[in-house]
Amino acid sequence: MPDSVHVSTQFDEDLARLRTHVLHMGGLVETQIAASIEACISGEVDRVRAIVDTDRKINDLEKAIDDDCAHIIAKRQPIASDLRLILGISKIVTDLERSGDEAKKIAKGVRRIHEAGTLPKQYGIGIRHLAEAALSMVHQALDAFARMDGALALNVIRADVEVDVEFKSIIRQLITHMMEDPRTITTSIDIMAIARAIERIGDHAKNISEQVVYVVDGRDIRYDKGAIK
Amino acid sequence: MQTQDITQPQHPLKAEARELSFYYGAVKALKGINMPIHDKKVTALIGPSGCGKSTYLRSFNRMHDLYPGNRYEGEIRFFPDNTNLLSADVDPIEVRMRVGMVFQKPNPFPKSIFENVAYGLRVRGLSNKRLLDEKVEQALRSAALWDEVKDRLQALAPTLSGGQQQRLCIARALATDPELLLFDEPTSALDPIATGAIEELVHELKKRVTILIVTHNMQQAARVSDYTAYMYLGEMIEFGNTDEIFMKPNDRRTEDYITGRMG
Repeated sequence: MPDSVHVSTQFDEDLARLRTHVLHMGGLVETQIAASIEACISGEVDRVRAIVDTDRKINDLEKAIDDDCAHIIAKRQPIASDLRLILGISKIVTDLERSGDEAKKIAKGVRRIHEAGTLPKQYGIGIRHLAEAALSMVHQALDAFARMDGALALNVIRADVEVDVEFKSIIRQLITHMMEDPRTITTSIDIMAIARAIERIGDHAKNISEQVVYVVDGRDIRYDKGAIK
Repeated sequence: MQTQDITQPQHPLKAEARELSFYYGAVKALKGINMPIHDKKVTALIGPSGCGKSTYLRSFNRMHDLYPGNRYEGEIRFFPDNTNLLSADVDPIEVRMRVGMVFQKPNPFPKSIFENVAYGLRVRGLSNKRLLDEKVEQALRSAALWDEVKDRLQALAPTLSGGQQQRLCIARALATDPELLLFDEPTSALDPIATGAIEELVHELKKRVTILIVTHNMQQAARVSDYTAYMYLGEMIEFGNTDEIFMKPNDRRTEDYITGRMG
């Protein structure tokens, strides 16, 4: 990314504001994910409502940022790195918004589990592990975006494999549990939904990182496993 | 677009600049330019004012010969006959028959619409009325102007609108069946609709003629050209596929220029 400034300072300001809004939205999504996981492990069901409410703010931010992108395209006709940044941001906010939705799904799952009983202890640790890995991916993906760091973005993409492994191990555990004791099926299905949501958050962080690579050096590495080796 | 790989076998060349330098007296305005001009493709020249893009463009029809003290070095090879356009034994008049030019501001002669287009043909010695009529109509049709002027071919050219005048100049350039057309900012004096018409025309024309265009309008270069060259201080900094130059230029200086940054 060029570090020189545009002849039009207004354009620089527009782009800077856009990036700040993305990071603000990213911060909000991180908080949402952390809060939903916290509720899951602690069983504090009263936090769920706040999480569901905050999700609306994230949706509004997505729309506002997309609208800003459209205005910049209409007014500035950005090209090269500027165009890649706008296109990238427009996709990044989609993944952020969906991560927010996943956080909401986790929160609602938590409410269902705790209304019926409690989260069996042995899953607390697994969920926490999985969530920490996914949350770290989101955090680093946003970091990579903030610093336009392609190498860091590639690291995030590689990290997705670990989240997937962790997720599969939880699923295996749940299946065994359900076979042993069918009374756990209802809770197990909710836990499975939560684990799936966390795993999806990892995927979104990966998508965000792919966009960072595109913005930074113009390579579209989606669906290209060879690109991250 | 990744489907167009510049390393793949290229289109045949219409012309090629080889180590082309140019001097206005003691001032070296072009510094050893090497650049292919692909046949029946549009090549755009971009760069800040004073970078030498117009100087380069004008070398192709020996326009610099009109002023004393100007000097070329290197060569411009013209294909398929492999003539060096700059060679002293090549007649500039003959070059200008094969290489037409359209300027920034429409510059019709103060004559009738018909005579403007017929001019080059008459210079060539064509006087057969029927043939002249045919050629003029053909050129005006190619320039997408025929339908608008067919009923007033004897009207004075300067009575046309700016956009029509520019298309008339294109018709005038086309009348002699040139192989290469040079456009020097052809739309900078036109409104968006007239500009759109010229761009559409460029798209049509490249089916049968090679086009080299200088433009300050980045979006125009991106829209109309197949290849783009970025020039700076008399040098060619980057030449490439237009799709690549506008998404991911290789040279930092190109990136700064096209995105409107200060170096």
